[in-house]
Amino acid sequence: MPLTDSLRDEILASVPSLRAFAISLSGKSDRADDLVQETLLRALANIDSFQPGSNLPAWLFTILRNLFRSDYRKRRREVEDAEGSYSKTLKSQPAQSSHLEFEEFRTALEKLPQDQREALILVGASGFSYEDAAAICGCAVGTIKSRVNRARSKLSAMLYVDGTEDFGPDSTVRAVIGGGGT
Amino acid sequence: MKDPKPLTNKPAPKSGLNSEIQARIGHQLRAMYDDVVKQGVPDRFADLIRKLDAGETPGAEEGLPQNSIGRD
Repeated sequence: MPLTDSLRDEILASVPSLRAFAISLSGKSDRADDLVQETLLRALANIDSFQPGSNLPAWLFTILRNLFRSDYRKRRREVEDAEGSYSKTLKSQPAQSSHLEFEEFRTALEKLPQDQREALILVGASGFSYEDAAAICGCAVGTIKSRVNRARSKLSAMLYVDGTEDFGPDSTVRAVIGGGGT
Repeated sequence: MKDPKPLTNKPAPKSGLNSEIQARIGHQLRAMYDDVVKQGVPDRFADLIRKLDAGETPGAEEGLPQNSIGRD
């Protein structure tokens, strides 16, 4: 369909959640905003292929996710310096979490396999149904459900098993401790 | 670590602890995400859409690749 005013407004209204998705995926705000920009350019260039009445956010998230995936393969080596950059993008820490707890959570999220991280974010934060998330990721609904479940259990193993107070930033240690005794 | 149920000296009350932890994970995930959502639309993107609407090509200007999706 052509780019109408209302469609343009809807696309613009999706920008905040596209940014949140991009930052959650990549952990890097500068790269995340580049991803969002390229997503918008591609969406507008291909607006004719958008089906009127279908889920616009899901369509935009699909574009962003695919861009991130192809980009990620190219830049895998740069991922190492993602540590610590996420918090710079935040105007304030979430009031309900302590700074430390928040940083630990963010670090743990980055350690998840990409398939599981994106599934968890789409369902648990973006608020997509399992069906929409499956369409965005191009896989079966059952696959999304199991990825979300695995992501949740890995996060709880990293963050909450046997207490967290003595752990440093290396969550590999946490994962090992989470799997057995000391 | 293949052992699925590590026997520590404080066995977890399974479903109760588990659902509490899951709620906490969900809460933190949304807090992190919503903190970015609340930042709204940065000027950069509002400007981009405005320029595209006016028929300019900001992508070329900023050296972004011009290939489109759905071609391959």
